Amino acid sequence: MSVNDLFKQDLKVINMGLKSFHTDLKSQGVPAIHVNWKPKAGGKKKMLDLLSKINKSN
Amino acid sequence: MLLQTTIKRNAYYDSVTLMLISRDLQKLDGVDEVLVGMGTDLNLDLARDLDLATSDFDTLTSNDLFIAARFDDTQISMQAIEDAFSELLNKSSQSDDDDDHQPPTLRSALQQMPGANLVVVSVPGQYAAAEVEDALDAGLHVMLFSDNVPVEDELHLKQKAVEKGLLMMGPDCGTAIINGVPLCFANAVRRGKIGVVGASGTGTQEVTVQVHKLGEGLSQVIGTGGRDLKEQIGGLMMIQGFEALIANPETEVIVLISKPPAPSVAQKIYQIAKTSPKPVVIDFIGGDRDAIEAVGAIPCVSLEDAAQKAVAVIRRQPAVDFTGFILPSEQIERIVEDALAKLKDDQNELRALFTGGTLADEAMKLLGDRYQVFSNIPLSPEMAIENLQDGRGHICLDLGEDQFTRGRPHPMIDPQTRTDYFKSHVDERTGVILVDVVLGFGSYTDPAGAVADSLREIRQRLSAHGKDVVVVASVCGTDLDSQDLNKSVATLEAEGVIVMPSNAQAVRLTDMLMQGMKGA
Amino acid sequence: MQNVIEKANKEALEIIQNGQPTLIGLGIAEEVIPGMSKDLFLHAGPPVSWERMSGPMRGAVMAGLMYQGLAATPEEAAEYAASGKLRFDPCHHHDAVGPMAGVVTARMPVWIIENKAYGNRAYCTLNEGLGKVLRMGAYGPEVIKHLQWMEAVLYPLLKETIEIHGPIDLKIMIAQALQMGDEVHNRNKAGTSLLIREIAPSILKTSFSNEDKIAVLEFLNSNDHTFLNLSMPAAKATLEPAGKVKHSTIVYTMARNGTDFGIRVAALGNRWFTAPAEIIDGLYFPGFSMEDANPDIGDSCITETLGIGGFSMATAPAIVQFVGGTPKDAVRYTTSMYEITTEESQAYKLPPMNFRGAPTGIDIRKVIETQVLPVINTGIAHKEPGVGQVGAGIVHPPMACFEQALEAYVNLLEDEGLLED
Repeated sequence: MSVNDLFKQDLKVINMGLKSFHTDLKSQGVPAIHVNWKPKAGGKKKMLDLLSKINKSN
Repeated sequence: MLLQTTIKRNAYYDSVTLMLISRDLQKLDGVDEVLVGMGTDLNLDLARDLDLATSDFDTLTSNDLFIAARFDDTQISMQAIEDAFSELLNKSSQSDDDDDHQPPTLRSALQQMPGANLVVVSVPGQYAAAEVEDALDAGLHVMLFSDNVPVEDELHLKQKAVEKGLLMMGPDCGTAIINGVPLCFANAVRRGKIGVVGASGTGTQEVTVQVHKLGEGLSQVIGTGGRDLKEQIGGLMMIQGFEALIANPETEVIVLISKPPAPSVAQKIYQIAKTSPKPVVIDFIGGDRDAIEAVGAIPCVSLEDAAQKAVAVIRRQPAVDFTGFILPSEQIERIVEDALAKLKDDQNELRALFTGGTLADEAMKLLGDRYQVFSNIPLSPEMAIENLQDGRGHICLDLGEDQFTRGRPHPMIDPQTRTDYFKSHVDERTGVILVDVVLGFGSYTDPAGAVADSLREIRQRLSAHGKDVVVVASVCGTDLDSQDLNKSVATLEAEGVIVMPSNAQAVRLTDMLMQGMKGA
Repeated sequence: MQNVIEKANKEALEIIQNGQPTLIGLGIAEEVIPGMSKDLFLHAGPPVSWERMSGPMRGAVMAGLMYQGLAATPEEAAEYAASGKLRFDPCHHHDAVGPMAGVVTARMPVWIIENKAYGNRAYCTLNEGLGKVLRMGAYGPEVIKHLQWMEAVLYPLLKETIEIHGPIDLKIMIAQALQMGDEVHNRNKAGTSLLIREIAPSILKTSFSNEDKIAVLEFLNSNDHTFLNLSMPAAKATLEPAGKVKHSTIVYTMARNGTDFGIRVAALGNRWFTAPAEIIDGLYFPGFSMEDANPDIGDSCITETLGIGGFSMATAPAIVQFVGGTPKDAVRYTTSMYEITTEESQAYKLPPMNFRGAPTGIDIRKVIETQVLPVINTGIAHKEPGVGQVGAGIVHPPMACFEQALEAYVNLLEDEGLLED
């Protein structure tokens, strides 16, 4: 979907990070989901490495 | 005094929430110093600097939350501090719809909202690139607010975005207005025919606000992030946005805003401007006028000027440099005279305290090198703020810069930092105080009120020396913003602030005041 | 590798979805449980030695020894247990499951459940009721007396009842209970009612005295958790065949022994991945607090492993009063379980979730990626043997179990040469 396609649509936003941004979008009536974000695998390097080993598609 | 640390393992909360909670916990009776944060190296250093470190710190990882407190245990207990923390946390998470499920990942968010078209990312910089990659792979446009994203990642992500025809606004992109929806830090402005691509957050805000004031409106406001026009990134998003606006039916005039780009990047932009079927207004703040004119684009002398020229083009009026004031010159002279009359001879220093980076930058550029202004964004290395001796001299600070936001929310979100600097940096030698007051989404609920409060404190302090001070401000906001432009202006004027209609005019007035101050 | 895993997990889910847990009768442990013998005591959770057993588990072992006649007093029992003359093994290693201490001894009667789709069976003792009971670690004379009644009267009567009635489809009964406010782990009122209703006529048709029939009906009726000892082996029988699917990252066992929490993953067969069981932060009965609590104990989270129990909390709003929270919280918990599971149950539909199927097939990859841990609704036992339940609440397995399992899984794939590029 190109940039000008986006300009023709209604915004539907996924917010990841600061909650205040989500709150502001909702207050404007913009459909928005707030992701209850945590670092993937809790940011633990060992787990991330293990996951990336098996997440390769083939 | 007791020094204790509470640790919550594998908890995660966003940095702004935690910093605001820190600030509130600080107010509890019996608390001497408290810091709440994730166990990142940055936060641990900060805690150590505040003498809050305990042996528990050794066990902290960046995935753990810590509450470090020094408190008088006859007045308060660690448990009470923890309870207060939980209460504040609950309050902040109940601020809106408890009913909406908050999915834990982008993937599950997409399952919940299959029609999503934009992702706003403001997670810590080290994790941001991976999230943006997933978003672009899923065909979504991205606004990347996070900073501290490696430049190699930015390049890779922008290349991917360009390939897929997607927006990747950022990193460090604070402002955008897409389809009339203000995103992150942006003002409520009317829709219209002027399209903007901006590499500077508050610079973009100022331009949109001025356009609105002049009665015109914005079609799309695209952010690029502060690093986009550096050599390494090559202006990828500025070009992407520029071309999108050229193709956008609603846009009749295009405004580009940035600090001066790397020469090769400027060239690329000029080439597009040259063949653009729509008029292009280019504000490369302090940039090469001739080069811009040579390709048929319209150069600018200030952010306000960029807005004025864009509006002029829409109205088929001549796009003339706006270098003066809206008020008649006699009135301006009277304002200056009356203001200077309030000052004693030894009050000849400037204290410019900005929350908006680009607004501070514009101030520095407009004041030029006619004055020796020490700053954390100096025009030349000798004028770096560290070189200031005994606190004597002109000072202009961008309080949103990294060095001032360690462990503290950005001053646009929380006025405390500037409040502190009003206290510490304004004294009996200060003649003029210059500030920006930024309204809109993302900004504090009453920035004008916070400035007014600080001024009351300053005036009280200075009156003990039989002195007063001159304060000049501009309010970057509209009547549609929740903080209300008119109300904000009234609040400031009630405290005797000279409120100018734009940052540029506020700076120009300050220039006139400085010329009038003895020995400035 | 993604495709291989997706295929394996699909296969595991098909097995789970196809499960047909059916109550086919009752038997005596020694006669029907594979590998059972007089010197073997089964227990809940992963393997644990007498030395490491918590209070309730020890109390249950001591009660079991006195019930078996191998000891006359608690002191003798404790000595015997420590002597090495007694072997211990998880129920799970013998196709069985047990709530709380989950101790199964040779002469105990057990329900027999058969998974009609794959032929495998699962066993569970009959629920003793509330108060001072063996599964909570009580070992007083009234405990033994009650067990003897269950062996002498309850068991043979129920055995004949099922023979008269014929097999009972537990999948359907659980599905109905889930739509009547049960989650069939901590709340079993509806399931117990459905069971009694179903078998009451057959009870009456048995050859036993009126006195015995009345006693049995009154006993079944006095204990809301009668059905738990059927929902657990039903879940066990459903999940067990999935535990053989190569390369599948689906969890087919979660269990605690009061000291450790253990999980087993399909690809990794019988290997347990354990970490210290947690103390539950829940609602304590008046007079009790977290200090009195035993760490998490019991095989009953086999229900959550299947996607019922705490995973289906949304459908049992009444449970939240017991564990602390609101019906909205219950919905939130169930909703978040979809993040870590693979499919929605075809059989178990949850009305408050717009009849979405229960979140089924816990994937260790998703647990680690999202950091969302399975939610378990559980009772809390007093750490001293025999005091009984002191509260209820929500508990999670330790993340360490899943992390260890993921590491073992990747090592396995590497050993098989599947991760070459």
